[in-house]
Amino acid sequence: MIRVIAARELRGLFLSPLAWTLLAVTEALLAWIFLILVNDFQNARGRLAALEHAPGVTDLVVAPLFRVAAWALLLLAPLLTMRLFSEEQRTGTLDLLLSAPVRASQIVLGKYLGVLTFLLSAVALMALMPLTLMAGATLDGGKLLAGLLGLSLLAASCAAAGLYLSSLTAQPIVAATATFGLLLAFWIVDVGAGRGTASELFGYLSLPRHNDALLLGLVRSEDVAYYLLFSVAFLGLTIRRLDNLRLRG
Amino acid sequence: MLVESVMTGETLVAVERLSRRHGQTQAVDAVSFTLERGQILGFLGLNGAGKSTTMRMLAGVLAPDAGRILIDGADLLDQPRRAKQAIGYLPEQPPLYRESTVDEQLCYSARLHGLDRAASHRAMAQVKARCGLANVGQRLTGNLSKGYRQRVGIAQALLHDPPVLILDEPTAGLDPVQAREIRALIRELGRERGVILSTHLLPEVQATCSHVQIMQSGRLVFAGALAELQQRRQSACLRIGLNAPPPVVELARLPTITRVENLGGGQFRLHHAAGAAPARALLDQAHVGGWDLWELTPERASLEQIFVELTLGWETAE
Repeated sequence: MIRVIAARELRGLFLSPLAWTLLAVTEALLAWIFLILVNDFQNARGRLAALEHAPGVTDLVVAPLFRVAAWALLLLAPLLTMRLFSEEQRTGTLDLLLSAPVRASQIVLGKYLGVLTFLLSAVALMALMPLTLMAGATLDGGKLLAGLLGLSLLAASCAAAGLYLSSLTAQPIVAATATFGLLLAFWIVDVGAGRGTASELFGYLSLPRHNDALLLGLVRSEDVAYYLLFSVAFLGLTIRRLDNLRLRG
Repeated sequence: MLVESVMTGETLVAVERLSRRHGQTQAVDAVSFTLERGQILGFLGLNGAGKSTTMRMLAGVLAPDAGRILIDGADLLDQPRRAKQAIGYLPEQPPLYRESTVDEQLCYSARLHGLDRAASHRAMAQVKARCGLANVGQRLTGNLSKGYRQRVGIAQALLHDPPVLILDEPTAGLDPVQAREIRALIRELGRERGVILSTHLLPEVQATCSHVQIMQSGRLVFAGALAELQQRRQSACLRIGLNAPPPVVELARLPTITRVENLGGGQFRLHHAAGAAPARALLDQAHVGGWDLWELTPERASLEQIFVELTLGWETAE
């Protein structure tokens, strides 16, 4: 049942011009940044050769590229998730799902997996660019995979937040704005935090900060757990919200 | 035009004291009824009487504040998936994805109701033929006319072959020809199922339903077979004209007469008890008393009048 809902959602995304436009725009922007990074790396090669433990192409091109890609996800996720539930509430198609013999959790997971598959294919597209470097350089496979894991986890978190906020309103644009605001708040929550326990808390809450270690090739269970908890929390809230919709009418 | 219903006596829907508030207003107030296989139950009422709210609760889209709903023996709250499997629901707005084709829409709905791919395609072919959708499979639902959208909505409710159909205003917005087709389809579907449909059109109930329930401000004000409603219609009054009328009291003393209205000019309206036939006694009395009768017309209250009487709580419909 989850598969049926996810497949419809994914199909819907691939049929909509919005999704293709978003993919094209982010891919073009990332390509531009990729070229700049490769160019910088070429220029710095002479100086790097003189260093003993010189950072490689993975550190100087792939990691910064993925750092920008994380920002791209921040823009992509709200626009891709905004219609998930709000559109169904607006047009009344939610009644079809609610009157079908399906659990609320199945509806939520189906929609989530549908949009997540799309986001992950966007991440895969982003990964293709650094892979072209393999033609002329050796990449650190571990670091590349860790970076991809980070982006995927980030995508999963953003999608879960977007899914929840889209269930709160019947206006897709309101959902998108709210999702962007919420994610941005989690993005910059550690800005201006100094030292002390409160600052550590804010630092821990920050979404991209958990990606930093992954970009260095360091997979820590703490970071993975953060993203998983973030996603599960919002999925739980969405299921609750769907049950509430039935009560509220 | 009553459906020759197959009365197997099997109760498909049992509703007990169903209630639901919307903010301050009591949208549905302790409504109880049952639906049996072979019955087509018409929910009649003015806009805002609580028809849609009741139907949404039956379909499991809206949770009731109080009360119990049994669908084909399964409690909608305790075994929601078993109960929902037994329901085909058409909301006021057919729930169609505008960007899907008719085939995609039907296939999705069939799969949602637990049919596998092969069974879905078989069910789709059958239902499309039944609802006259054979030629529009590749059209986008968003581009269809209102009539076709309504048919897709009904087709969608039929796919998993549910014993209970809940249709919220199935003919709203259709032209008369389309409405006739849909009514014929509903009558046919009602033979082997239980159907609940809502409408605010009386002729629709007369043309389609075997049973009627009239709702007003969340309450059931009438529930029974269509024939019972027709009966109310016959138990109306006699209009008489007399050239030498006796005092009104004397007319009121006639058997089974409940009330006499003086219309002036020697004309009277005699209200009599339901099912009684006072004309014979009246004729005899007029002859004996020499009232010189020149008019005797049975007046039937129209269904409209009964409806207005029931919904607005008027004493008489004049």
